[in-house]
Amino acid sequence: MNTLTKHPHRIDRGIDRGTHRGIARVVISALVLSVFASVAQAAIIEVREGDRIQDAVNRAAPGDEILVYPGLYSETVYVDKDDITLRGVVEGDSWPHLDGKKQLNDAILYSGNGFSVEWFKITHYKGNAIMGQAGNNFSIRNNWVIDSGVYGIFPEFGENGLIENNILSGIEDAAIYVGMSDYIDVRNNQVFDNVAGIEIENSRHVLVEGNLAKNNTGGILVFITPGLPIKSSYDAIIRRNFVIDNNTPNFGIPGSLVSQIPAGSGIIVMSGDEVIIEDNVITGNNNAGIIITSQDFVTEIATDTGSDPNPDAVQIRDNVMFNNGALPEGEMKLLMLTKFSTTGPDILAYQGATAAERGSCISRRGAYRTHGVDDWADCDSPTIRANDAIAGREPVDSTRGLTTKMLPEPAAPRVITVDASGAELVYQGICAGCHAYNVRLIGPPTLAIQAQYGEDAGSIAAYIANPEKKRPDFPTMPPQDHLSEPMRQLVAEYMLALTN
Amino acid sequence: MIMRPDIHLRQAAISLAYALLNLTTGTRATSSPLTPTPSAPTRYTGPSEPHRSLSTTAHNRYQRRRQRAASGRRRLLTPWVLLSLAAPLIAHGETSATPAFQLGDICPASFENQDGGCVLRNRYREYRSLRDAGVGGLKTGLPPLREGFTPQQIDLGRYLFFDPILSADGSVSCASCHDPAKGFADGRGQAVGIHRQVLPRSAPSLWNVGFLSTLLWDGSKSSLEEQMQGPLYSPFEMGNTPTQLLTTLNANPVYRALFEQAFSRSPIALDQIYTAITAFESSLISLNSRYDLYAHGYHEALTDAEIAGLNVFRSFVARCAECHTPPLFTNQQLAVLGVADAPGELIDTGAEAITGDASQRGAFRVPSLRNIVRTAPYMHRGQKPTLEDAARFYTGGRGHEVPEGESVMIHWHIWEPRLTDAEITSLTTFMGALTDEAFMPEIPKVVPSGLPVTQGQKPMAGNSDGFGAQ
Repeated sequence: MNTLTKHPHRIDRGIDRGTHRGIARVVISALVLSVFASVAQAAIIEVREGDRIQDAVNRAAPGDEILVYPGLYSETVYVDKDDITLRGVVEGDSWPHLDGKKQLNDAILYSGNGFSVEWFKITHYKGNAIMGQAGNNFSIRNNWVIDSGVYGIFPEFGENGLIENNILSGIEDAAIYVGMSDYIDVRNNQVFDNVAGIEIENSRHVLVEGNLAKNNTGGILVFITPGLPIKSSYDAIIRRNFVIDNNTPNFGIPGSLVSQIPAGSGIIVMSGDEVIIEDNVITGNNNAGIIITSQDFVTEIATDTGSDPNPDAVQIRDNVMFNNGALPEGEMKLLMLTKFSTTGPDILAYQGATAAERGSCISRRGAYRTHGVDDWADCDSPTIRANDAIAGREPVDSTRGLTTKMLPEPAAPRVITVDASGAELVYQGICAGCHAYNVRLIGPPTLAIQAQYGEDAGSIAAYIANPEKKRPDFPTMPPQDHLSEPMRQLVAEYMLALTN
Repeated sequence: MIMRPDIHLRQAAISLAYALLNLTTGTRATSSPLTPTPSAPTRYTGPSEPHRSLSTTAHNRYQRRRQRAASGRRRLLTPWVLLSLAAPLIAHGETSATPAFQLGDICPASFENQDGGCVLRNRYREYRSLRDAGVGGLKTGLPPLREGFTPQQIDLGRYLFFDPILSADGSVSCASCHDPAKGFADGRGQAVGIHRQVLPRSAPSLWNVGFLSTLLWDGSKSSLEEQMQGPLYSPFEMGNTPTQLLTTLNANPVYRALFEQAFSRSPIALDQIYTAITAFESSLISLNSRYDLYAHGYHEALTDAEIAGLNVFRSFVARCAECHTPPLFTNQQLAVLGVADAPGELIDTGAEAITGDASQRGAFRVPSLRNIVRTAPYMHRGQKPTLEDAARFYTGGRGHEVPEGESVMIHWHIWEPRLTDAEITSLTTFMGALTDEAFMPEIPKVVPSGLPVTQGQKPMAGNSDGFGAQ
């Protein structure tokens, strides 16, 4: 179920170029004829090797799709518009390839809603491969990221997003990071040879399903990191993932949190609440298969009194786990020695995670080698059911009936509409900075303007697009041609109608 | 505040009445201007909470001296009050008998009067933000604003803000350290309080302060009302006491009338003073820079160089936008940067001094970058003279300024981004696009105490004085 965008049309990959051009021509003609270009049917903009993708983004209007053909592209693409699709065209083995040459910072930055990016090969950037800030309804699919800096896929402050079928390796922090976001699905990705495979940080309503996390230092992480402005992390389902052989020595950046993760860690829940771990295959992780812990897990970080350090209501349900803990590291090794064991467990709860009052549970505990979960209830026990009822959660035997954590409808758009209320916002946000009703500010009082123009809003609308110096004792007004013509007219009418 | 002829007459009548009141009762106003002690600046080197370190006896001695000085001047008081009331008119070359202070009944620019309270109208309010946290990317909603104050409360706060009557000896006002001409900071690395005492930290800018729920460099205060009592009553900052502040203001007939206008209550109470100043400070809005036009979708508002700077700013190499999150360009969190107070010295322990938590040693609140080019020098003690110096700190290496033997938990975003000179320039270029002072309030030429308006700056071009003469 894709609830991301409502494109007027979509073109499947594999459609021939002639058809693309044909459609583009039709669409462009339609644009020319249309009065309101931005609400017209979407256009397709093609980019070929030698072109800049950014030029296409700059030309694009919301709803447009940018098709990038195979070839080498070396640039930072930023998308600060809504409803833009960046789609790579893969022909045989030839991908559109964004290469940062270890000189460029990030490959793709976006802030717009409804952003989609797919079928790109991204290598050798210094920052992140795909980085979003506050874009809702995003879709990041089928990208191939190799040795590209700090994080691979990095949506932040976003709501309702899909991260699917991407392949990422060689990342110094998390290959896929979901930070301070809500309603996100992370599905069917392959992450290997990274420090962290998938990290869910200070986020809610997240489904991590069907991913392969292999040969990372740590496979899948759910963290509450202190010091961030959004403090909670709850309602994450980690399901049907393969979390295999995550034993790569830690090559994290000094000072980063993940640089403190012991190699051989399959799944780590640090402080995260209401995390359900179910139906995963977790094998060959030399430190431990699953670690549930508190913020004491990381050191060298300032305390945040607004951040709850302990994990609550974690549920470890049915999972397939074997051959974990062969070579426990440092702290884990010492911990196991106190149990007269030289191997690590499948499941470890420690620090603030062990107490019964945390409300965590485990099913079929006899099937795993465990440490620290003795006080945890069974997930089907009345205690846990009662806790669920108190917390307002629907008690379930399993998450198997749930298909997505994304929203049934896209998160609301944030387009300022061209109507009277929009004019009011523009007036109050821009005009009122210089024009008060009956006081001289930087510009003449609104009263004086009303006296001059009467009901002639059209003249004001024309004037503010291209102002000239009119009054000797006032500075020239800055042009407001960034406002559309209908908006200039509306705001002029609004100004003339003001009574205080 | 337009001055209509009818109001004019009414004001004149009120003022005359005040003047007569003073003649007949000899009101014990203590609002005469004092010459600041012409001594060298006293360097204060303690870490924080300085007011606790002054002994009570010393303070009492100081109070007695003050009172003696005040009584000696009392006989000069009445002519002074008359003069001060007349001063604004003289300044305007007007001829009528006496002026008066009348609080404005119009909300400040960009505020709209809704049911008597001033509510901000701004395009950012069209957007939501994740979990209403007011942090994120370009089209992101703001955190809640302290708003809904009446125009009169805001205008009264404006007079109080600029009036040195708030300090113990009438020598400093809020504006002494929060100078509108300097981005509502003071252009100094370490602020200077009463008797020219040097304070441990830099005066922060007040632009958009009404959006903040974490105040002071150490993040120890959560409301402006709570915060302002620090400087008001610190012997190192404004040196006043609640009792004296109330006595002084209640003895001033102009203020009594203005508070009556703003609060319909008398006598003047402390919470009214705090409310009025909060109302004014919360009206200092800077959200219409060229950057904001870009954020709202007018991409031509920024130059190519500024857009390049924005992309460095939000890149995960420089990582500026991780803590200086739009739209306020602060996430209001504490962060340990590891900036030395002086070469090889960590003097100010930041949040640790408040919480006692060693992991917060050297932690300071992330400041907003709005109007940042106006507020040099930078960091909590002004350690970085220029914006470029401040930006360059972040590429100097993790912990490169931490003194030997110090143990501080440097923030994880401080790393070694190896920014090029071009990128540093790009960053400072972008930060220049965060400047917007269009909603600069009018700076009163004369305040109700008659004391000189001490912030020392001249009003912005095009601004008139507090009387709103056209």
